[in-house]
Amino acid sequence: MDMKNNIIAEPDAVRKPTTLPRRSAVDLQAASVVFGSGEKAVTALSPTTLRLDAGDFVALVGPSGCGKSTILRLVSNLIAPSSGVVLVGGREAKVKALRIGMAFQNPTMLPWLTIEQNVMMPLKIVPPFKHSFRQDRKGAFRDRVHALLAQVGLAGFANHFPWQLSGGMLQRSNLCRALIHEPDLLLLDEPFGALDQFTREELWQILQDLYLDRKPTVLLVTHDLREAGFLAKRICVMSARPGRIISDEAVNIPQPRDIGMIYSPEFVEMTQGLRELIAQVRK
Amino acid sequence: MTEARRIKFMSFSLIFGFFLMWEVLCIVLNVSDLVLPRPTEIIATLWVKFPILWPHILQTLYSTLIGFVLGVGIGVTLGVLVGTSRVAYAVAYPLLVGFSSIPKVAVVPIFVLWFGSGTTPAILTAMVICVFPIVVNIATGLATTEPDLEDVLKTLGASKSEILWNVGLPRTMPYFFASLKVAITLSFVGAVLSETVASNRGIGNVMMTASSNFQVSLVFAGLIILAVLGVVLYSFFSFLERRVTGWATRDTDIAIT
Ligand SMILES: Nc1ncnc2c1ncn2[C@@H]1O[C@H](COP(=O)(O)OP(=O)(O)OP(=O)(O)O)[C@@H](O)[C@H]1O
Ligand SMILES: [Mg+2]
Repeated sequence: MDMKNNIIAEPDAVRKPTTLPRRSAVDLQAASVVFGSGEKAVTALSPTTLRLDAGDFVALVGPSGCGKSTILRLVSNLIAPSSGVVLVGGREAKVKALRIGMAFQNPTMLPWLTIEQNVMMPLKIVPPFKHSFRQDRKGAFRDRVHALLAQVGLAGFANHFPWQLSGGMLQRSNLCRALIHEPDLLLLDEPFGALDQFTREELWQILQDLYLDRKPTVLLVTHDLREAGFLAKRICVMSARPGRIISDEAVNIPQPRDIGMIYSPEFVEMTQGLRELIAQVRK
Repeated sequence: MTEARRIKFMSFSLIFGFFLMWEVLCIVLNVSDLVLPRPTEIIATLWVKFPILWPHILQTLYSTLIGFVLGVGIGVTLGVLVGTSRVAYAVAYPLLVGFSSIPKVAVVPIFVLWFGSGTTPAILTAMVICVFPIVVNIATGLATTEPDLEDVLKTLGASKSEILWNVGLPRTMPYFFASLKVAITLSFVGAVLSETVASNRGIGNVMMTASSNFQVSLVFAGLIILAVLGVVLYSFFSFLERRVTGWATRDTDIAIT
């Protein structure tokens, strides 16, 4: 893998916004984000260009505060770009052309609902599920939620309230809520941050199976380079705040990957390379 | 004895001790019946007069509850309107606080002027007096909803009304029920007050009439009825609050089904 050559890519801002040559799931064209105005303006994201084809799995890594969550918020249309264009499914982000599943960095479970009700929420909101929600409520949907919860090791916690769960358990519920409605575009913001190594590796495998099964487009933010390498087809590295993408590399290992792979010399070499790159840009 | 039962026992003893002290002091100090009747006399009057008092109790409850229901309806509607719009909240909030600090009893003469004496001014007073705490609480609850919680639904493409139903309103419930407890007490006060001034029915009117006829023990009997009704109404809404918004206080007993 030759990453060094990519570090000095042409400045993202220079590239002109283009119309779509191919079907893309996510297309950031020189999108930047500035919070506030005047003296107090904070640039959270320098003009950034990033493209994900349908079915891509991209991991986004970079130092804390560089704007990774901001990119996810752009794609999910929680904020609008200060300049540039954000296309999702070939349309403006606000059109919501793709069905989005998002796992927030803080698992924001609604405190008045049980875990089951929280995880079921997307089925209540997102078409076509919402149309059959009332009739189906007790049956199929519920089984589906329980099956998914069991898969991440939360069987038996469906009727608990969020405050009765540990941080890691909340994070797993958060992941379930992002997956339950079979999204076309999965936005995951450090979904395994609060988990121990074993649970984490288990969930990597579950996520990989899920991905290979349905091939959604995935944008995964993570601090764990092994996680990025194990799961993603491409790894994008961002510079320190205000961030932009300084390296975009394919991971040339066929999927499905085996967990033992992360101890192989090639894999270690790749993560080492990424590590050095991030160490440089942190300065 | 559990902690909860001990506390119940102690507050019961306190109430009992209060009346015992009252009885004893009246006897020892030889207080006239016309100034302060003894509790036993009051209970006796209550017992004897209860068949006559019953329709008045119903009347007072009727005015209170109708006024309360109307007040809650108006309060919730206004609260949602003010709370869901940032601009409306900023503009209307100071006005609301101003309104709610007007002593609402001052409106009783106006209602009597417009509608004559009777049930109508009692209902309207009960209504007006309880609207503002509800509006203020609903608006505050909605306006302070954590953006993070709303973001969860926004990413799913939820409409404004879906966000209101699934996040804004549930999150506002603790505020709403807290204000209901205050509102029901206020409505009750308003109804009784209006009856005192302008009605020929209701406990308020009974007390007023008894007072002008020097039936002092009947006045106190009325007072006890009011106290009991007030406690019953408050307890009911307090119970409802715990059932519905247990998540906010982390009641464990609502958790496992
Ligand atoms: N609402 C906001 N108002 C002002 N500044 C903000 C806001 N949200 C984020 N920022 C700034 O934008 C920058 C990028 O934030 P972002 O949350 O995207 O970082 P991140 O890469 O996700 O970091 P981390 O890895 O720590 O989660 C930060 O420096 C932060 O100070
Ligand atoms: Mg972040």
